[in-house]
Parts: sequence; C-alpha cells; structure tokens
Amino acid sequence: MDHSTTGGGASTVAGSRAATSDEEGVKTVSTIPTETVQPGKASLFYDPKIRGYVYQFALLAVVGFLIWSAASNAIENLRAQKIASGFGFWHNAAGFDVNQKLIPFSASGSTYGQAFYVGLLNTLLVASIGIVLSTFLGFFVGVSRLSSNWVLSKLAMIYVEVIRNLPLLLQLFFWYNAVLKPLPDARNSIALPGSIYLNNRGLIMPNPQFGPAFQAVVIAFFLAVVLAIAFYIWSKKQQERTGTQYPNGSITFGLILGLPLLTYFIAGQPLSFDLPQQGRFNLTGGLQIYPEFVALLIGLTTYTAGFIAEVVRAGILAVSRGQTEAANALGLRAGPTLKLVVIPQAMRVIIPPLTSNYLNLTKNSSLAVAIGYPDLVQVFTGTVLNQTGQAVEVVAITMAVYLTISLVTSLFMNIYNKRMALVER
Amino acid sequence: MTDATLENAPYAFVRKETLEQEAAPLSVAGPVAWVRNNLFSGPVNSLMTLVCLYIVVTSVPDLVRFYFIDAVWSGTNRDACLADKVGRPVGACWAYIADRFQYFIYGSYPVPQRWRVNIVFAMFALGVVWMLWDSAPWKKVGAFFFFVMLPISAYLLLLGGNGAESFLRFLILLSFALAVLYLVLSFVPNLARFWVPPALLAVEQAAPPWQRFHGPKRLILMALVIFGLIAVLEDTAGLPRVDTGLWGGMMVTFLIAAVGIVFSLPLGVILALGRRSRLPIIQLLSVIFIEFVRGVPLITVLFMANTMLPLFVPQEYSPDRLLRPLIGVALFAAAYMAEVIRGGLQAIPKGQYEGAMSLGLGYWQMMRLIILPQALRIVIPGIVNTFIGLFKDTTLVTIVGIFDFLRTIEATLVDPTWATPTTRATGYAFAAMFYFLCCWGMSRYSIAVEKRLAAGQKR
Repeated sequence: MDHSTTGGGASTVAGSRAATSDEEGVKTVSTIPTETVQPGKASLFYDPKIRGYVYQFALLAVVGFLIWSAASNAIENLRAQKIASGFGFWHNAAGFDVNQKLIPFSASGSTYGQAFYVGLLNTLLVASIGIVLSTFLGFFVGVSRLSSNWVLSKLAMIYVEVIRNLPLLLQLFFWYNAVLKPLPDARNSIALPGSIYLNNRGLIMPNPQFGPAFQAVVIAFFLAVVLAIAFYIWSKKQQERTGTQYPNGSITFGLILGLPLLTYFIAGQPLSFDLPQQGRFNLTGGLQIYPEFVALLIGLTTYTAGFIAEVVRAGILAVSRGQTEAANALGLRAGPTLKLVVIPQAMRVIIPPLTSNYLNLTKNSSLAVAIGYPDLVQVFTGTVLNQTGQAVEVVAITMAVYLTISLVTSLFMNIYNKRMALVER
Repeated sequence: MTDATLENAPYAFVRKETLEQEAAPLSVAGPVAWVRNNLFSGPVNSLMTLVCLYIVVTSVPDLVRFYFIDAVWSGTNRDACLADKVGRPVGACWAYIADRFQYFIYGSYPVPQRWRVNIVFAMFALGVVWMLWDSAPWKKVGAFFFFVMLPISAYLLLLGGNGAESFLRFLILLSFALAVLYLVLSFVPNLARFWVPPALLAVEQAAPPWQRFHGPKRLILMALVIFGLIAVLEDTAGLPRVDTGLWGGMMVTFLIAAVGIVFSLPLGVILALGRRSRLPIIQLLSVIFIEFVRGVPLITVLFMANTMLPLFVPQEYSPDRLLRPLIGVALFAAAYMAEVIRGGLQAIPKGQYEGAMSLGLGYWQMMRLIILPQALRIVIPGIVNTFIGLFKDTTLVTIVGIFDFLRTIEATLVDPTWATPTTRATGYAFAAMFYFLCCWGMSRYSIAVEKRLAAGQKR
C-alpha cells in the first residue's frame, strides 16, 4: 500500500515535470510535497541502529583485513630477507659501545637488553634535567614578558618569538655544530675556575667521590624533607586554629640545607673530588660531560622554555584584575596577594599545558639521534635496529616506552584536573 | 562685576587673562619620566635594565658587523671568504648562499627540468592565497583546487615519466567524460532526477541551460583546463621522469608540509567525527589512533614508516623512499589536527545540532552544511598553529635520509668548495631566516584571524 503511493507520487512528479518544463519554477516547486510523503514504517535499511551496526562491522572488517594483510606480508618479507622475529635478540651480545652510560655497559659483555636500559636512562636523564631547567627559564621569561620594564619585556618577546619559530633540529645543529664543536681541543682546553675545563670533548669537571659515611648525609637530607613537610602541615593547622603564622619558608630552607650539612661535618666530610689533571696531550680523570649531552640539554631547555613562557604569560593574564584589586581591598600586601590569590589561580590555567610541554620535551629528546647523543632512539631504534634488522620489535618497544610515559602523565593530569576544576553550581 | 569695582578691590594684582597652559613637569610626562617609570623604577628594575642593556650592547653590534658590515656578498669559491686571502676580517659569507641558492631551492633536480618545479610552486602559492584570503571569490572551487587539483598536478609535473603520462591521459578522459555527461544533463534534465533532489532540480530548470548544475561544472572545467595545459606541456617540452632521489631543498620541505596539510585536514575531520561518534567501535578505533600517534615522537613514526612500511606491503609494491616519510608525516599531523577540530566541534552549541536534525538533515548533511563550516571556522587559529608545528617538524625527515632544506644546508657545509670558518654561521642564519619567515608569517595570520573571529564577541 505504502509502496504504491510513493511510486505513484514519484511518477506524478515526473509527469508534471515533463509537462511544465517551460513554465515558471513556482509551479514545479508546488508539486514537491507529494513526493516527500514518507512511508509509515521505515524499512530495515533505514533503521539507524542497524545502520550503525553495519558501519561498525564494515570498519572492523576493513581494519582487520589491513592488519591481517600487513602481518602476512611482514611474515613473508621477513622470511625472504632471512630476518629472525620475536624478542630473542634481547639477550644477544650487543658488540658496540656507548660513550655516556649510567649503568655499566661494554661492547664485549653486554646485551641488546642492557643497551635498551642505557638508552632509556639517558633519555630520562636529559628529559628530567631539561624539565627542571626549562621550568625555571620559562617562568622567568614569561614573567619578564609581562614586566613593566620595557627593555626586559621586549628582550623576552624577541626570545620567545625567535625560539618558537625555528625548528628544534636547527637549534640543536646550531648548539652542537656551531657552538660546541669549534671549542679548542683537549690540549688547549679553556680552564674555568674550580678545576673545570671546557674543550671540544665536553665539560670536564671534578668527579665527586662519595665515602661510605656519605649515606648518613643522604639519610639526613630525606629526614629533613620529611620534617619540613611535617612542620608545614602542623603550622598550617596551627594557623587555622589560632591565626599565628610561622616562618615556613626559612624553617624549611634551614632544615633541608642545615641538617645534611651538619651531618656532613659530623661524619667527617666523607666527600672528596677527583680533579681532572692537565696532561701533555689530554686531560685525565674528572667527570666528563659530553658535548652531545650539553647541546641537547641546552637546545631542549631553551626551546621548551619559549613555550612555557607563553603558557605562564597566558596563565597570569587569565587571572582577572579584579582579583588583585579585591585582595588589595582586603588589606593584603603585594607579596601575599601574589602568593595567596594570583598564583594559585594562575596555576590552574598553567599546569595542564605545562604538563603537555613537559611531555613534548621528553618526546623531543628523541632528536638526540641527529647529534649523536645516545638516547633511547639513537641506541635502540638506531644502532640495535641496524644490527638486528628486527624493525617491528624494536620500533614497537620504543613506541611502547614513549606511549607509557605519555599515558601515565595524562592519567595523573586527569586526576589533577578533576581535583582542581572549579566546582560550579 | 564691573571694571570700577575691580579697581577698588583691595588686591594689588588681579590677573585678567588666562595663563598659557604649561607642559607637564618632566618627572610625570616625556621621555625622562618614561625612562624613570619603565626602566629605573626601583633598584631591582634598574639592575635588570642595566643587565639587559649590557647584553644588547655587547651582542647587537657584533652581530651587525658579522652579518652585514664585514660580510662578503659576492664570490665564486671559498677564497672570497677567507680572511687571509681577502686581507680583512671576514664576517658572514653570503656569497656562498648566493652560489648555492639554486641547490637550496631545488636540490639535485635536473636544471633543464626546474621550470616544472616553478609551476608547482606558483600553483601552490595560488592555492594558499585562495584558501587563506578570507574574501577571495569561489572558495569552494579554491578548496577543490588546493585539495584535489594541486596534489595531482604536483605528482604529474614533479615526477613525470611514463606512469604519470598514462595517469594524465586517464584523468583527461575521465574529466572529459564527466564534462560530456554534465553537458548532456543540462539539456536533458530528466536524466538527472535519479540523483538530484527534486527541489534542487526545479531550481536548476528555472535557469537557462548554460547556468544549470553550475557547481560541479566549474570544477570539471577547471580540471579539464589544468590537465589540458599539463598535456600541452608534455607534448611540447616533454616530462621525463625525475626520480625522487634527486628532489631536495625547499621544494621537498614545501612538499612535505603541503602533503601534511592536504591529507591531515580531511583525515583529521574524519578522526574527530569518529571520536565524537556514538558508535562505540568507531569511537574506540579513533581514540586509539589519535592517542597512540600523539603519545609517540615523530621520529619513531618516521622510523616506523621507513623500516616497517616496506615490510607491510608485498615486495613489489615497496613504497618510494620519499613516500614513506610523507605517509608518516600525514598520519602524524592528522592525529593532532583531529584534536584541534574536535575542540571546534565541542564548541558548537547543542542547538545547532538539534536545529539541523529538526530540519530533517541526515548525519552527513548536518555535518557538511551546518556543523563543520562553523566548527572549522572557529578553529582556524588552532589549525594554523598545527601547521606551524608541522612545518617545523618537516626538518625531522633529515634523520631518515631525505634531502629537505635543512639537509641541503648541512650537505653544502661539508663541501670543500665553500669550507670557510664562517660558512656554517652563514648557512644556519639563512636557514633560520627561511624558517622564521614562514612560521612567523603563519602565526601573524593566525593572530589576525583570531582577532577577526573575536570581533563579534567584543563588548
């Protein structure tokens, strides 16, 4: 019944169209409603639920087919190229050396698995130092850009604009090839005060030698941190109850600095330095910081600081002027206004993009491969991949590492955001 | 009050005319006050100013002397830039840039064939202006030009050879067939009613025949003209194959950026829609893809494209060395683009969706006609920022052995013809200028768009 009606309607429209093809458009338009009459019951084909299932099934089938064909091709190709698969290579001897290593590693006795850890630790090392330094530099530049000092704010602006608009790789090349490489060789090292030497092999510094009693200093440090936190909590509670304020800052500072120092002298100064000696051709002894590390650290720090500066600036600007004025009206002076009113609100805006900049820094540290710093990508995805040829496994492991770092960070970020979110009605 | 009373008043002096207005005291207005308020308002501020001024005074004159006053502007080899040969202190060696300029633009692309690259550059510039200039006419045609015609023409012109030739012939046949079809349709409209909605058909028929079906007609006409021109070029000048191994320089940098833009935008739209879809499997797959790609560095994606892509396809279809990073960059950019576009989709009020649905529009009609035009408009600044990131990231292809602009600079630095102590500083300065101008220009554009979009919200 429904079917015949629509069919009839359509033919009527077609007929009238043929008949009125030279008449004015109004008449033709008026015949349209006859066709828009819908059948009372939609057919299965138009059911959105069923359509949804069909689409999803089709997508799954396509993705499944792609994965299947990729996998079968990979198996075929690997067999043709006689490349082993699986993670057996993990325990094979590496046979190459790495200059900067935080754990023992040697060409003769170490495995690819150990090479992975060497690379991972180097990545984490440069990323964590870079994060700390770029935070300081970024906050300084960001605040400078808002400063009333004209010269300072303009310099900060130039810094941000230049750094953010140049590729990081170019900046790394600049630091490594144009700044650190032309330094004099070991024989003509630049001597800095404090037995520090600078040459094209890096920065040679006194190597601290920790005596066995140094453990006490470390324990004292952690004890001081715990004490400082405990005091902070106690003083806050006390302030809430009685209104008395305690000099939190100086007590924390004194505890964390004083207690380890005291222990150090009581334990009989268990710290000595292995000083680098200027020989005929070379420097011996000391702690060598490689130029690749320095270049990568400077590059990552200055680059990320440019982005952090913008984040900080946006965060401070996001706190409306009324907040400062209200704090002043309550009688707070400039210091407490900043500490109690502006910064806590700015941090809410600053922290999420700040974290993503930290993540970017960590991911950008993979550019190390371009200047030869032995990070995860250079050691593992570079050397180990070239030696074993097991691209799938090596790339998968590398990606898994970065992915884990990212996902864990964003997990904490989401928890933080939930806690910090403004509670609205 | 009269003069008489004034004269009798017990005052010795009464001023009868107004005083000239005096300038504000120096301590409140004028340069001195400005300096005091902005530079030396306190001890800390004064110290900062002095430190900053010291930095400026020590660095700027040296930089100016190095890059301009002592610079060498002409010469044919390294002798022009060696201090002991020239007999004066030598700064930047711009002669080296001038000498290798063609190489920086085209890489090793054969010299007699470089006009092909120039045509593609011109088309790219036209497309970019068309897309970015807000009041440019025929935006839809421009989008078709940029997203369809430009990639195809670039492929045909840059690569050339037999494969491209037969592909061109096929394209000409296809567009010709479409043109004939539309020509027939505009005179025999009854054929069109199978797929054109009746309301639209009625409007079309009210118009004279040459104006009917104007949308696709223009596109097909443009395709015919462009493909025809390329075919004429091929007949007259010939388009021999230029292997991608010879491509290099700015050409490759722009190519990677353009491929990233052209493919990441549509892919990003699809991924963003997928992520906001109510269908769980589609949503899950989109989320997995986006979060996976955003969680790993571009380098690992490039390594993956370089080493794993050839494994995933049959040996005989192994992708070209240049194509691999292109795919990697496009997928990488798409994930970031998807997040930007998702932001735009979320900013559209629910009423727009409901309004579209109440008009009886289907999902794709709603997205195409109502939601996406608004959503894309408000995220233009975000999209441009992603492009800036993408443009800077093109340098990473250096690591997988592609000769992009930065790599050509590095390559000339090890060339003994121009090996001087100042060549490296010059080369890096030139590269920095190139990247800075491109990225800074884009960011200015994005700020301008942001201002224009915010104009409506200004109170």
